[in-house]
Amino acid sequence: MLNPPGTTPTAEVERVFREAYGRAVAVLTRLLGDIDAAEEAVQDAFVTAVARWPEDGVPPSPAGWIVTTARNRAIDRLRRESTRVDRYRAAALLADPAPPPEEGAVRDDRLRMLFTCCHPALAPAARVALTLRLVGGLTTAEIAHAFLVPEATMAQRLVRAKAKIRAARIPYRVPAEADLPDRLRGVLAVVYLVFTEGHTASSGEALVRTALCAEAVRLGRELAELMPDEPEVSGLLALMLLVESRRPARVSPDGDLVPLAEQDRARWDAALVAEGQALVRRCLRRNAPGPYQLQAAIQAVHSDARTTADTDWAQVVALYDHLTALAPSPMVALNRAVAVAELAGPAEGLALVEQLDLPGHHLLPAVRADLLRRLGRAAEADTAYRAAIALAGNAAERAFLERRRAELGRAGPGEGGPSRAAGAAS
Amino acid sequence: MPQYLLTIYQPDGGEPAPEVLEPIMRDLDAVNREMREAGVWVFAGGLHPPETATVARVTGDDVLLTDGPYLEGKEHVGGFTVIEAPDLDAALGWGRKLAGAITLPIEVRPLYDGPGC
Repeated sequence: MLNPPGTTPTAEVERVFREAYGRAVAVLTRLLGDIDAAEEAVQDAFVTAVARWPEDGVPPSPAGWIVTTARNRAIDRLRRESTRVDRYRAAALLADPAPPPEEGAVRDDRLRMLFTCCHPALAPAARVALTLRLVGGLTTAEIAHAFLVPEATMAQRLVRAKAKIRAARIPYRVPAEADLPDRLRGVLAVVYLVFTEGHTASSGEALVRTALCAEAVRLGRELAELMPDEPEVSGLLALMLLVESRRPARVSPDGDLVPLAEQDRARWDAALVAEGQALVRRCLRRNAPGPYQLQAAIQAVHSDARTTADTDWAQVVALYDHLTALAPSPMVALNRAVAVAELAGPAEGLALVEQLDLPGHHLLPAVRADLLRRLGRAAEADTAYRAAIALAGNAAERAFLERRRAELGRAGPGEGGPSRAAGAAS
Repeated sequence: MPQYLLTIYQPDGGEPAPEVLEPIMRDLDAVNREMREAGVWVFAGGLHPPETATVARVTGDDVLLTDGPYLEGKEHVGGFTVIEAPDLDAALGWGRKLAGAITLPIEVRPLYDGPGC
């Protein structure tokens, strides 16, 4: 939640709005057949709520109240605008015995909205923005702030995307069985993108943009509730929970990055670890592994270990092997090399790293630098650190690499111990 | 029913060799036939090369004619099909089929609906 709940009625109203927005817009979009009209009706209902709730008190089912009020406002508006088509639509709306919206129907509408927002015909940046706005209920200003773009730019992005949905008739429905796996992958990718953007902010000063991580976890929880039978949905949620559990230990009080190997594991959020691990176990029992489940399983192995040395690196490497078979990528290969270095030594890891190519990404030279350092090849490590520093977009990661580079002269060979690679597997 | 324009973009330069073109044309015919049978086909056309185009442009009170295509590029519109489809997913389904048959990029774009457009 972006606004901490306060005690004034307005703060209460704000909290309820944020939670009700996505549900109400989803229901109204189905009733009205148009996202803009739905947003307008919901905003009308919010204006009414702001006027009434402080005096009358918040109704027992605020979200239901918003949906009913928004529907009535939409009918009023259609009548006022009074073209013949609009009057027909108003009559049709009146005939629809909508309120109070039944929970199952709301669920379906929320899924429809999610699949529409994440439609492959929309640009990835637009999918993320639409999902945060229409499903997450964030304001345009909040989304713009989270992605460090001017509010006008974000508003424009949303307007364009909604115009395309309307003009090209991107359907408001859950895809048919045959298309579902592919389309669901697209939805999961959007949620994970929100999370990773929050986890290691790709640019700017702060390492973690907490609001985005929290929002991604919220979307993940919701998706898991909407699609309880999809193992990859649970896998993604587990992955995010386990990574999120380390946030208290991942950034020092000064805002510096603390790599996994050096984190104070007592500071991990035990509740999130337990929840994530329970999800991983449940996923694995289904025996339908996918990329998110495997990544979650890898994180679960880390969460099991009391120290880096205690980590079951053989298990981590085996899981990366499985992941490589399912979804090979240079980033997976790099993380696998880091695990191999722990299992078989830095020379083995370096041999794998030297075969990789990840143009423009700071993690490859960062991992190389770390392995070279541990092999006592300080001059080469120094060059690799420089390359990594030049590529890192995030200030906290850059500072971490600078520190490592400065320490090169002081530490002797073989002193490094466990992996210090920034970001990799953390 | 909403209509969509499926535009075929092809690289400049002459036609491919007959042995390349022949199977493509056969696949294209099959997709067109499938569209007609499904009742979605509205209109289709293949275009002569861009060198055969003429552009008419208003300059002041006059209309100036120039030889050649309006846009010069590495690709040009080689042909198009107009289909009827209930929504973008259905239209993209046909777009994929068309792209698969002729192995060239297909742009799928909605037409305004209603009279006078």
